[in-house]
Amino acid sequence: MNKKRVEVLVGLFVLLGLVAMVFLALKAANLGAFASSGDTYTLTAKFDNIGGLKTRAPVRSAGVTVGRVTSIALDPKTYQGLVVMEIQKGIEFPKDSSAKILTSGLLGDQYVGMEPGGDEKVFVAGDVVKQTQSAIVLENLIGQLLFSKASDAGAQEGSK
Amino acid sequence: MIATLENSLAALGAAVLRWLQALGHAAFFFGDLLRFTPQALKRFGLVVAQVHAIGNRSLLIIAASGLAVGFVLALQMYYALVTYGAAESLGLIVNLALVRELGPVVTALLFAGRAGTSLTAEIGLMKAGEQLAAMELMAIDPRARVLAPRFIGGIISMPLLAVLFSAVGILGAYVVAVWLIGVDSGNFWSIMQSRVDVWRDVGNGVVKSFVFGVICTVVALYQGYETQATPEGVAHATTRTVVTASLGVLAMDFVLTAMMFATP
Repeated sequence: MNKKRVEVLVGLFVLLGLVAMVFLALKAANLGAFASSGDTYTLTAKFDNIGGLKTRAPVRSAGVTVGRVTSIALDPKTYQGLVVMEIQKGIEFPKDSSAKILTSGLLGDQYVGMEPGGDEKVFVAGDVVKQTQSAIVLENLIGQLLFSKASDAGAQEGSK
Repeated sequence: MIATLENSLAALGAAVLRWLQALGHAAFFFGDLLRFTPQALKRFGLVVAQVHAIGNRSLLIIAASGLAVGFVLALQMYYALVTYGAAESLGLIVNLALVRELGPVVTALLFAGRAGTSLTAEIGLMKAGEQLAAMELMAIDPRARVLAPRFIGGIISMPLLAVLFSAVGILGAYVVAVWLIGVDSGNFWSIMQSRVDVWRDVGNGVVKSFVFGVICTVVALYQGYETQATPEGVAHATTRTVVTASLGVLAMDFVLTAMMFATP
């Protein structure tokens, strides 16, 4: 009787631990998000500059997450960033769709935004997205701004 | 002059040799435990009884500490985050802190204090009462009958306790963040889910707690088994269990963290 009770209590303890584990995996981590996106196909995109894009960053179209970045590498021939993405099966993009690297919010994480085109043919697994727009690098932007201000000031000086 | 130099050198050398000897002894002890593990698994009833003594009895203190740590972390982090308008990331920060570090480490420290000491004292008193010697006389190896079930019980209990600690802590943070502070409940969970990785964060946390479980249990059993068979000896061994296990856990935590999370 007593032995039985100990066994029941230990069973409860182990069960409680497993429930906590499931809670951590599903409610407090991203296993749920992965489970829903079972079947995927891969697309590749080449960017001149990927900015702060990281693997596992979301791929979004119209703000809806449709896939994830699986790997990032440098193309040794063109010196472009090679971004491999997994897109959910069933979501197909026209052949002339473009990929952009965007930022969520002003200082948020970067993600790949897919802008669908109008072509009748669609991307199939392994295709390369030709039209891409690189990440906006803040330093370059500030540099351009300063440069244009300086040239404006120079032009005014010259006209006087 | 030369003589004192020689003496102090000898003292240093002796200390290092003693330390190495103890380490080697403990390593052989660990090997013995592993060797007797399959044998102990065959008598699973003994292991179940130990899981009850080590795990179930530690449940309350682990859950209470987890809740308290969750509460306090949420309040403290809110204070810093609200300045940057990032109070919604509260759940994420508390989750990562608990799952990666605090869950395994604090649980291991509590485990060393709550379960480790009782293991050391129990085995130390068995030795002092010559029960272990009596078993040997009956051709029963006390390492197989007494130590190995406790070892398995310890390494089963510790990861479960650490996971419970983290889960309760996150629920505690939820209570503070959503009910008291008024963070949006949907954002609390969704930011957490988008940034916490199951394998990298939760999985590595479980690996850590398993390693800490091995450290705490082995240290506790070793200290108990090697204690001087006197009341004083048992008292010293119990103290050493807490000190050695805690330091071991903290040192190992640094190594594991460096291996698991150093690369972004």
